[in-house]
Parts: sequence; structure tokens; C-alpha cells
Amino acid sequence: MGYDLNFTLIWRHFDKLWSGLILSLELAILSIGIGIVIGLILAVIYVSGGRIARALIAAYVELIRNVPLILLVYLVFYGIPTVFDFAYDNTTSFVMTLSVYAGAYLVEVFRAGLDAVPKGLIDAGKAIGLTPWQRLVHVRLPTMLRMTLPALSNTFVSLFKDTSVASVIAVPELTYGAQWINFNTFRIMEVYLVVTGLYLVTGYAILLGLRALERRYSIGR
Amino acid sequence: MLDQVLYAIPFLLPGLLVTIEVSLITVAISTVIGVALGVGLVYGQWPLRWAIRGFSDIIRGIPILVLLFFVYYGLPLTGINLNNFAAAVLGLTIFKIAQVIEYVRGAIESVPRGQMDAAKSIGLPFHERLAYVIAPQALRRFLPPWLNGVTDAVKGSALISLLGVGDLLFGIQKVVGRTYEPLALYCFGALVYFALNYALSLASRALERRFSYIRE
Repeated sequence: MGYDLNFTLIWRHFDKLWSGLILSLELAILSIGIGIVIGLILAVIYVSGGRIARALIAAYVELIRNVPLILLVYLVFYGIPTVFDFAYDNTTSFVMTLSVYAGAYLVEVFRAGLDAVPKGLIDAGKAIGLTPWQRLVHVRLPTMLRMTLPALSNTFVSLFKDTSVASVIAVPELTYGAQWINFNTFRIMEVYLVVTGLYLVTGYAILLGLRALERRYSIGR
Repeated sequence: MLDQVLYAIPFLLPGLLVTIEVSLITVAISTVIGVALGVGLVYGQWPLRWAIRGFSDIIRGIPILVLLFFVYYGLPLTGINLNNFAAAVLGLTIFKIAQVIEYVRGAIESVPRGQMDAAKSIGLPFHERLAYVIAPQALRRFLPPWLNGVTDAVKGSALISLLGVGDLLFGIQKVVGRTYEPLALYCFGALVYFALNYALSLASRALERRFSYIRE
């Protein structure tokens, strides 16, 4: 309705979006990496630990999964430094938050995966004399990882999209870059069209990459 | 810490109601439209199928925050002026529709093909096949993820505070601005969201157990 799209200003400031996209990816990769470590450790403790350990891990998972990410971001960035005598910058704060958030989702994925490892494989491991630790490292974890690949891909892509929430504490990632261009050029429609395109292309590129990995390594349940 | 929370509660109640209201409207509208589009995705002609598939894939591929900003800041340029509440509901609903479409597709595809063929062979027209044969069976596969998705709607609704809609998170922000007790209030807010969503996830799990006798 009488609105002329004009992308000139967007291309002039495209470096803001590009560096934002790179930072979004870095945030996602870092948080997913830490989240995987949290997820693996807690999932192993969950399936082999006692009742108290299980209850604690279940509480962590349920608490994080049922609270909006934006609230957790505020809580960590504004809340925690007021009681403890230390401060961190917004990027560190967000990576910590998203890692803990990712961890809660990944514990669930890994726990379900460990449960789904066929018992026969574990018995076979016992039969050839592997210690419990060797069974975990050489039999259960590799099998579990290959079985959970499809669920992992989806979690990774949605965590990449979740990095957009970092804009609320002024982490200069992609959504923040979009807002910056908004405020300075008022080319709102154009900026969001370009940003939507960037998120879509990147998200689906990640998904396609992971799907290729699935075809190579995935084993059915 | 506790008295800070007690002080804040009266200020948070209206926000909580807005959160619940927005979530309910979003879920209601998106369920109706999403089910219609989901059926279109499975049984439609190819132009319709492609359009719905494209819509669903694009919407699910972008962050909900970007979608909300797009609707609130972008649409007025095309002459559609929405107030922040309407824009928030519209943005969340569009996002949720895409999810519901996928639940419906998954649910319908979980019904064995033979069921459709059998219904055809006894001469039921399409709408009766859908209503009497496919829908009752697909419903069991649809309800648990759908109910679980309601928690996503409640969580997603926290983002609308960024459009200035006075939801629970917005209320918390206002009180924090006055008392400067962020930790206590954000923790309390987390507990309120948790209580809402955990109840929903428990219900979802109960439904899943209820229908767990179905084997594929």
C-alpha cells in the first residue's frame, strides 16, 4: 500500500548484520558446546546415580524448561550480580544463560537416548570383559549419540534461533543489528526482510548439514 | 527478600492475567486455523500443499522475537496499524499456527493408510472419512504435543513485554525498576511461569500415558 521498498540503506549498514550473524553463530556454538558437556554429564549421572541425584537433575530440567528464556536472561544478567560480588559483560552472561538452558534440553535428549541403547549391546560389552567405565565410553555413549542425532539437529537449530533473545541485553547479535539499523534509518520492513532471510538461510544450512551427518552416522531406534 | 516479593504481588496480578489471556487467545485461534491448514497440507492439491509447507517452514525458521518485531514495527508501514496487544497476539498466533500445522500433519500421518482405504471402500465421502475415521484416531497423537505446545505459547508470551504489552514479565520489570530487587523478583517470576507451565506439562504427560496403549 504505497510503501516503496528501498534496500540501499540496509546494504550500506550490512556489516552490522553480518557481524551480528557471526556473533549469533558464535553464541550458539559456544552455548551448545557447553550445553552438550552439561547434558552428557548429567544424563550419565541420571541413569547411573541414586535417587537424590535423579531428583536434583529432574528439578533442574523441569525448572529451566518451563521458564521463558528471556526471564532467565534477565535473571542472570541483572539479578545475580546484585547479590554476588562480581560482574560479567552481557555476552558472557548470555552464553552462561543459554548454556544452562541448552543443558536442560540436552539432558532430556541424552537421557532418553541412553535408555534406548539396546540391552544386548551392554550385555555384549560385559561378556567381553569391559569395565563399566569402558562400557560407557565405548558402547553406550557412541551408540546413544548416533541414535539421538535427529533430535539433536532440531535442538541445535532452535537454540540458534534462541540467540535472538540476547538482543534484550544489548548483545550485538543479528536481531540487535536489525534494531540498530531500524533506529538509525527507519527502514524497518527492509531490515526485517533481510534479517528473516539471514535467519532462514543460516538455520536451514545448519539443518541440512546436520541431516547429512545423520544420513552418514544415524542409526534407527 | 520475601517482603519484596509480597510487596510486588498486587502489581503482578494484572500482568499474570494478561499473560494467561494472551496465551489462551493465541492457542484458541492458532488451533482452529492450524488444524484447517494441517488438513490442507496432508490432503490438499499441490498448490495449496506447497503454500502451506512454505508458510510453515518459513515461520518455523525465524526466531519468534524477529516475527514479533516484524508485525509490530513493520506492518504499520503497509497501512495496517495494530496496537501492541493486537500485534503481540498476531505475531504469537502466526508462530503457533505453524507449529499446530506440524502436529496435525504428524498426527494424521500416524494413522495407518489402510484406515483411509477401508473408509473409501465402504463409500464414505471425504468429510465423513475425515470426521469419523481419521480424526478420532489422529486426536490421540495430536493432543499430547499440542498440550505441550501450550507451554511454548506461555513461554513465548514473555517476549511481548518487549512490545510494551503489560504481561507478567512487564509487571516484574516495572516493580524491579521501582524497588531494585532484581534477583528476588526474577526468581519469583520464574516460579510463577514454572507453576503455570509445569501443570501443563504434567497434563500433557498424563495424556500421553493415557494413550500409550497405541502401538504403531
